[in-house]
Amino acid sequence: MHIFANPARFLAIARPLTPWLGWGGALLVAVAAVSGLFLTPPDYLQGDSVRIMYIHVPSAWLGMAGWTGIAAASLFQLVWRHPLAAVAGQAIAVPGALFSAICLVTGSIWGRPTWGTWWQWDGRLTSMLVLFFLYLGYIALARASDDRTGANPIAAIFGLVGAINIPIIHYSVLWWRTLHQGQSITLSGSTIDASILWPLPIALLGFTMVFGAIVLMRMRTILARNKIEARLKRMAEA
Amino acid sequence: MTGPNGTGKSSLLRLAAGLLRAAAGEIEHFGGTALAAEQAALDSDATLADALGFWARLDGVGQAEVERALDAMALAPLAPVPVRLLSTGQRKRATLARVIAGRAAIWLLDEPGNGLDTASLERLSAAMTAHRAGGGIILTATHQPLGLDDARQIALT
Amino acid sequence: MTAFTAILLRDLRLAYAGGRAWLPLVFFLLVATLFPFAVGPDGPLLARTGGGALWMAALLAALLPIDRLIAPDREAGVLDQHAVRGISEETVALAKIAAHWLSFGPPLMLAALPAAALLRLEGATLVRLELGLAIGTPGLAALALTTAALTAGLSGAGALAGLLMLPLAVPVLIFGAGALGDDGMGALKLLAAASLLLLAIAPFATGAAIRAGRS
Repeated sequence: MHIFANPARFLAIARPLTPWLGWGGALLVAVAAVSGLFLTPPDYLQGDSVRIMYIHVPSAWLGMAGWTGIAAASLFQLVWRHPLAAVAGQAIAVPGALFSAICLVTGSIWGRPTWGTWWQWDGRLTSMLVLFFLYLGYIALARASDDRTGANPIAAIFGLVGAINIPIIHYSVLWWRTLHQGQSITLSGSTIDASILWPLPIALLGFTMVFGAIVLMRMRTILARNKIEARLKRMAEA
Repeated sequence: MTGPNGTGKSSLLRLAAGLLRAAAGEIEHFGGTALAAEQAALDSDATLADALGFWARLDGVGQAEVERALDAMALAPLAPVPVRLLSTGQRKRATLARVIAGRAAIWLLDEPGNGLDTASLERLSAAMTAHRAGGGIILTATHQPLGLDDARQIALT
Repeated sequence: MTAFTAILLRDLRLAYAGGRAWLPLVFFLLVATLFPFAVGPDGPLLARTGGGALWMAALLAALLPIDRLIAPDREAGVLDQHAVRGISEETVALAKIAAHWLSFGPPLMLAALPAAALLRLEGATLVRLELGLAIGTPGLAALALTTAALTAGLSGAGALAGLLMLPLAVPVLIFGAGALGDDGMGALKLLAAASLLLLAIAPFATGAAIRAGRS
């Protein structure tokens, strides 16, 4: 990990990697979208509304993976004092929050025809909503503590504390059998029919790659902004 | 105005600026006033140019005036720097630049030389001389000599 | 550009810079989220009481930013500089009221949509809520500025501000919540009256408080 501690070396890798992730991911998302909209059959119970799954599931995954990323970055910042860790955490926060919001909104839209309600206070929905608020709190905290160098551990502490929510979201459908459907996709197989399932991995990979590209771009932006700040400071001290 | 602390120099300036109401006596203004006191009144996240530009707009002067004033106080290279990164002395010079840019007839300066180095003091002196040569009036409270030998001295006790 | 516009734009920029303007919004949504935990997820109960809870949240959202409305400008000398330039304190107050409303009023009305979904409000109730917020939030903004000016420079200003503001906000709360019922038209008119009264008084009260707060 300390190979990437030098921002210059990180940038040397991140710059060429970003367009590959970005365009490659966008292509996969487009393929998944076309497949999901036109090439798969409608569900025998839910009809066409099941197609939201191809956005809803990747958003949920990215929301959770995002915070896991923030938690990992926070750990690196606090324990190993990795200089890019704080930057990574801040970079993930906004897209993570966005995808959590997309997950909530698409879930709500999906739930309306399926369950007859825009919202229900079920375990998974609630913990996902909590995750969204946690993201907002992290963003506000990072901005308020004005930490651009990783020297201020406040947001990182919050990032670690909030990580408790991730296993709660994951196991919520097991612990509380209320509204949201149970685990349909596990490592051992899936209860969803293959004819509907196949665009989903494509969508997952595509959205993840796009997410990665966004995070890299944001990290580059934060590093550039730090550089400007340092230069302006030198101007003032000259 | 000279005199020890607590004799009312700042209060007199604030009275002249219209911020305080006099309990007795009268003040007559024959022109607009500009005040440079201890509080800088510059937005910390704005650049120096933008922070001064805000007050320039309220004074009805253009950005060219701001630039001229920045030049007069040797602050031109710092125009794009955010105010929060400036030192106390630089901020002090910025408030003086604001007064210069505002083109008010009456300058009210509270300890303008505080925190300024010799070069900046000379610039301040030059700006004050230029203002008076143009028909302006300055009322200043100061501990330091500002090279204003022909100014009327008022000692407060 | 007039002084009013310049001050309004600056206050608006300061409100949104640094992301602080989002806090009242998030707070509003948080209240909508926490309320069902407090009263239980019973659908009809939520639908009946949720609107009132949202009005409470709107009140608190208007109150939250009070310590950045007047106090920072007073300490930095900005209010003094306005006065030196002959800008009346009432003009400054009006511009700040407008900026404060813009910073939380429309966003709150937007946030009321997901909040209504969270609280299982009916469509008609949501419409009356939005109408009430549109009418009542300007009055709340005016009240927030007056309270900010009265408490600027005092230590422990936040709690004191709450004590001052909440009783005066009660009419807005009563009529706003009252307008949510089926026969709410009368309450809506009274809400407008209360809001307009606050808007009329605030610039003068705020101006006087700013002048009084000068040393």
